[in-house]
Amino acid sequence: MVPISYYLVLAAVLFSIGVASFLIKRNIITIFMSIELMLNAVNLTFVAFAHMWHQITGQIFVFFVMVVAAAEAAVGLAIIIAIFRTRQTLNVDQVNLLKN
Amino acid sequence: MPASYLWLIPLLPFAGFLINGTLGRRLPRPLVSAVALIPTFLSACLWIWLWFTMKAPGAPESIQSVATLFGNSWISISGFNADFAFTVDHLTLIMLGVVTCVGFLIHLYSVGYMAHEEGYWRFFAYLNLFMFFMLVLVLSANFLLLFVGWEGVGLASYLLIGFYFKKDSAANAGKKAFIVNRIGDFGFLLAMFLLIAHFGTLDFSTVFTSISQHAEWQGGFLTTIALLLVVGATGKSAQIPLYVWLPDAMEGPTPVSALIHAATMVTAGIYMVARTHVIFDRSPYALGVVAIIGAATAIFAACIGMVQHDIKRVLAYSTVSQLGYMFLACGVGAYTAGIFHLLTHAFFKALLFLAAGSVIHALSGEQDMRNMGGLRKRIPVTFWTMTMGVFAIAGIPPLAGFFSKDEILFRTFTSPNPIGKLLWLVGLITAGMTSFYMFRLWFKTFFGEERFEEHHEAHHGDHGHAHGVHESPLVMTLPLMILALLSIIGGWVGVPAALGGHDEIGTFLDPVFGNGVQVTEVVSHSTELGLAAVSVLVALLGLFIAYVLYYKKPGTAASYAAKFPALYRLVENKFYVDEIYGLFVTVLLMISRAILGGVIDAGIVDGSGYAAGASARGLGALTRRIQSGNIRSYAGWLALGAAAVIAVMIFGHSIWLH
Repeated sequence: MVPISYYLVLAAVLFSIGVASFLIKRNIITIFMSIELMLNAVNLTFVAFAHMWHQITGQIFVFFVMVVAAAEAAVGLAIIIAIFRTRQTLNVDQVNLLKN
Repeated sequence: MPASYLWLIPLLPFAGFLINGTLGRRLPRPLVSAVALIPTFLSACLWIWLWFTMKAPGAPESIQSVATLFGNSWISISGFNADFAFTVDHLTLIMLGVVTCVGFLIHLYSVGYMAHEEGYWRFFAYLNLFMFFMLVLVLSANFLLLFVGWEGVGLASYLLIGFYFKKDSAANAGKKAFIVNRIGDFGFLLAMFLLIAHFGTLDFSTVFTSISQHAEWQGGFLTTIALLLVVGATGKSAQIPLYVWLPDAMEGPTPVSALIHAATMVTAGIYMVARTHVIFDRSPYALGVVAIIGAATAIFAACIGMVQHDIKRVLAYSTVSQLGYMFLACGVGAYTAGIFHLLTHAFFKALLFLAAGSVIHALSGEQDMRNMGGLRKRIPVTFWTMTMGVFAIAGIPPLAGFFSKDEILFRTFTSPNPIGKLLWLVGLITAGMTSFYMFRLWFKTFFGEERFEEHHEAHHGDHGHAHGVHESPLVMTLPLMILALLSIIGGWVGVPAALGGHDEIGTFLDPVFGNGVQVTEVVSHSTELGLAAVSVLVALLGLFIAYVLYYKKPGTAASYAAKFPALYRLVENKFYVDEIYGLFVTVLLMISRAILGGVIDAGIVDGSGYAAGASARGLGALTRRIQSGNIRSYAGWLALGAAAVIAVMIFGHSIWLH
């Protein structure tokens, strides 16, 4: 039996990696992946607690998160493709038309 | 007539104002005239209906109608209540008759007079607006609604004086009228505040009933209220010291001078004093002030009127002088005589102004009497109607002015006022002067050689069309003829018993003024007849002097004037009152500008504004760094914030405990 703290520490590490890479990466796809990473870190804590308390609610919630993440991935990748087609770059610092 | 129909009387002209005011620009002129004239005519018809209702045997002495606004009264706060309330008694009935009938005649006249003017629709919209407010003024059953009408006619007067607003003098005259009236309104407002403080209401009947129930109230606060009301009345009715706006008001179109600045609006002050006579009756001091102001104004304005050259200005000063008579009448407690003169004056002064307008119209805008003369044969209808007006105002029996003026002089002579005899003398001299300057106008305009140019190429009057001397169209002469008839017979409603009459107007107004203290010495009819004879003689003397100076030997007047150049110049320049006021106001303005502009505005108002601006700017400079527009920096702040919240959740608890 793996103690709950292991899962939580792993989730915290994954989440921190996600936040850090979201902040420092410039490629849109990488940023997108780091968002997925954060979502999955949260999923991990949900599952861990569901297992610990023997309750199904957390598991169910993870499915919802996955559904939303899948929808988000579909929309987000479509946006990324559209951006690349029009601007020939995926560097967020150059996609700043709305600023100023 | 059902009481609720009272509301139609002012609201009909208001509807005319709304239609002409909003759509008039796009309507053809005949339609504009119809929109303006029909409601006024209907109001006059309603007045006739009302007249027969009130005169019917067993009719109540007053009719009241209170309107509500969605079930509420007009103003209702704790301890104070004001309604949209109209009331009609015999005094109101007379005023209503003057306003609606003379008003309608002048509307009719204006159709001809203004036919060639720009802004035709605007003129009639303003005229109807004036009718609305004037009718509200005379119908209102409390001081507050009266004040609404009071201010409203001031507004309409301002708009109409400044009708030719492209002309600087007209625009300035409008402003002057409005501002001088504001000074009077200030007194009226203070009087209303005092009334609220003492009676808790502004309702006429409540205030008057409560005064008549307290016989011990003599003078005191009633004197204060009365004097403040007098301040208001001197503004509206152009009495010393606030008369200066009325002569300048002649910048407006002539029908306006006839309607607003002769027949109706300027009598509002007299009406107000008569309406509140219960207050004045308790204050001999205030009455004395009214009488002295009236007599002084009468003779002062008559003096100036004698040397003016502008035909309308002569009439303007004559109006001020006649209003002085009415004030004098009120001041000696002879309210009936004052209202009687108001009535006859409305007829003959409206007639004189309209006839003068017809003369000006005939001469294509010429107003200077030095450029007139010999018009008798050229414009006979105008001549004959104006003659009736001149004889009426000069006090030649049996025309209207004789009876009303004589009644005022008689009442003044017999009044208990300690200086009553002196006031009578002043009034008598004024009567002579009135006769003189009116016949001077008559001779200079209609007799002697023709001093006008037949064809004007360019001129600056209020008539933009130039052609030969011509009689006015029927639409203008018809009102003249009706008013001339009224100027002849109008006085017959008040023939005193001494002359074999029944003084119907006195009996008619008794329910309104009868309760007042009308203490007059009992005098025999022979005294009254003697006084009447004296005033007729004085009037004939004025006629004779004018005849000699301006008809028999024209030019003598100028040589007399040349003998006393300083005196003549003093009077011709209206005693420099405008200049003195101007100086006074300028000094006052400089002082107030130094205080308000220099210290308060620049220092406190602007300073606080600048301080607020500078602090906002500084705060903005600090905080605008956060708003960088860089998404990643926002995300960084978000992460930092979340971390801080978590840190507080984990460690904060233990920190707070210690």
